[in-house]
Amino acid sequence: MTAPELHLPVLQVVVPMLIAPLIVLLRPQGLAWAATTAASLLSFAIAIQLTTGVLGGHTYQYALGGWEAPFGIALEVNSLSALLLLVLTGASTAALLAGKASLDRQIEAHRQPLFFSAWLLALAGLAGILVAADAFNIFVFMEISSLASYVLVAGGPDRRALPAVFKYLIMGTIGATFYLIGVGLIYMMTGTLSLADMEIRIHEVAEQRPILVAAGFITVGLALKAAVFPLHVWLPNAYTYAPHAVTVFLAACATKVSLFVLLKFDFVVFQHNLLGHDVQFAAFLMPLAVLAILVGSAVAMFESNVKRLFAYSSVAQIGYILLGASMVSYLGLSGGLLHIFNHALSKGTLFLAVMCLSMQYANLQLEHLAGAARRMPWTMAALVVGGLSLIGVPGTAGFVSKWYLLTAALEQGALGMFLIAVIVLGSLMAVVYIWRIIEAAWFTAPAEAPPGAQQMRTEAPTLMLVVTWLAALSNIWFGLVTHVPRELATTAAANLLRHLP
Amino acid sequence: MEFLGIYYYWVFVVVLMIGFYAVVAKVNLIKKLIGLSIFQSAVFLLYITMSKVSGGTAPIFNDEITGLLYSNPLPQVLILTAIVVGISTTALGLGIVVRIKEEYGTTEENEIQEIDRR
Repeated sequence: MTAPELHLPVLQVVVPMLIAPLIVLLRPQGLAWAATTAASLLSFAIAIQLTTGVLGGHTYQYALGGWEAPFGIALEVNSLSALLLLVLTGASTAALLAGKASLDRQIEAHRQPLFFSAWLLALAGLAGILVAADAFNIFVFMEISSLASYVLVAGGPDRRALPAVFKYLIMGTIGATFYLIGVGLIYMMTGTLSLADMEIRIHEVAEQRPILVAAGFITVGLALKAAVFPLHVWLPNAYTYAPHAVTVFLAACATKVSLFVLLKFDFVVFQHNLLGHDVQFAAFLMPLAVLAILVGSAVAMFESNVKRLFAYSSVAQIGYILLGASMVSYLGLSGGLLHIFNHALSKGTLFLAVMCLSMQYANLQLEHLAGAARRMPWTMAALVVGGLSLIGVPGTAGFVSKWYLLTAALEQGALGMFLIAVIVLGSLMAVVYIWRIIEAAWFTAPAEAPPGAQQMRTEAPTLMLVVTWLAALSNIWFGLVTHVPRELATTAAANLLRHLP
Repeated sequence: MEFLGIYYYWVFVVVLMIGFYAVVAKVNLIKKLIGLSIFQSAVFLLYITMSKVSGGTAPIFNDEITGLLYSNPLPQVLILTAIVVGISTTALGLGIVVRIKEEYGTTEENEIQEIDRR
């Protein structure tokens, strides 16, 4: 391996983090956006390079400043982090590239440099969580990304974003503090913060109460940050009232990064050390996952604001990911991890299409979108592709992960039958809520148009549309050529389960 | 007595719960933020407590004097970081409250919900 390649894990964090303060100085119109997009593209390139290395069987270890692990700060990139880094940097780049026109409209010109600076800090923080190899740095990066994303969500013109972001801030901070308490208790018992050392040393003290309490605090705290049902109440409003481009970015990756930490802690640190942890983990999270799928989808079926509809659908999709993980089997976990990737693709496409719609429709209530397909045929076609992938129609990305989940459920015996019913029911409800949008856009005549008048075709800006379609086509591409995400997800699942029989 | 022997952990738990109660039960947004600060301070106490070693002295390394028992410096370093994080969170939260007051004219949660429902 060449010398620059060795530094890729740290560059993943350092590039956006160092460019962020410089962005504030770029006052001329559009320059801040251009620099942010360039930094995000560079991060995406780094993530692709890391993924190539990981696919070649390499795990990146990095000692910051040359200080080796017990004293220095260690970074690690394995197949699980590579999968999420791809999702994260890809979502950020797509949202920025497509979002120029939308952001220009929603963020005043003089506040744009500050806004984009916060964007890059959020990107750096989230990337930091993914590459950090010790528990305390994960906390610090988590707070960097959270603080920056509160700013992003509150940045839009809709004043309802403010109470939403206040709720997000309160719940996010409680989640992070719970995590900090858990880490503190583990440090007290093991004397280490590095996840790798913790994994070994925790074994000697596994039966003592502080460790059990720590496991509880960490699981609940991270579940709060990951919007696991019933701790999801901050999510719908935050996603609905955020600027549209921010919704694309955060919906695709923010909750999943917390889920990544949850899985890492539960599987790597606790699973094989605490007696019966796998049973408790499944018994605690599986009912929540099932409820998330059913309740999230059911609320989405009756929701009339398109953005809020997709936000509730996200709650349901987090349920699928968690359901896969809570089966604690190779197939289940692979399916769950694969769903992280595929849901980011489909929900990213859907929110990109919503952003296109917002260029022509100020009000995103369903009844205002009547006849939208006649005005914006390309946008609506992309939305349908994303919707099909969300439902899990064969030939799209969503099908692959749902197939994994179904196969994994088959292994579970009688319980599996119930889980299959839940997955199928959840998908049917997805058909219903996607259909409600299709029905409004295609089969309802627009109210204000005079009869017989030719509808004007007023599409979204070209760049936005092109990116949206690239995202839509990637749903089909990764539905047919499944090699890369599947390889990453299955390797990561095998890696997480390496200690279990 | 075991209960009194670990009283500093009781202080941590009680302070934590006072803060948590304020966050959950108070309607005023600023009182919620005060609660959040108390909640976070409790965790600082937990970390400071665990770094104390009985009979330990300040961890200043000296070649001439050996065999000293040192307190653990790491949790204090960690908690300095966490204090910074806590201050940033409070500052940002207060900033949001100022914006809410500008837009809605109130800092009471129930009144904001009432205005949004209209």
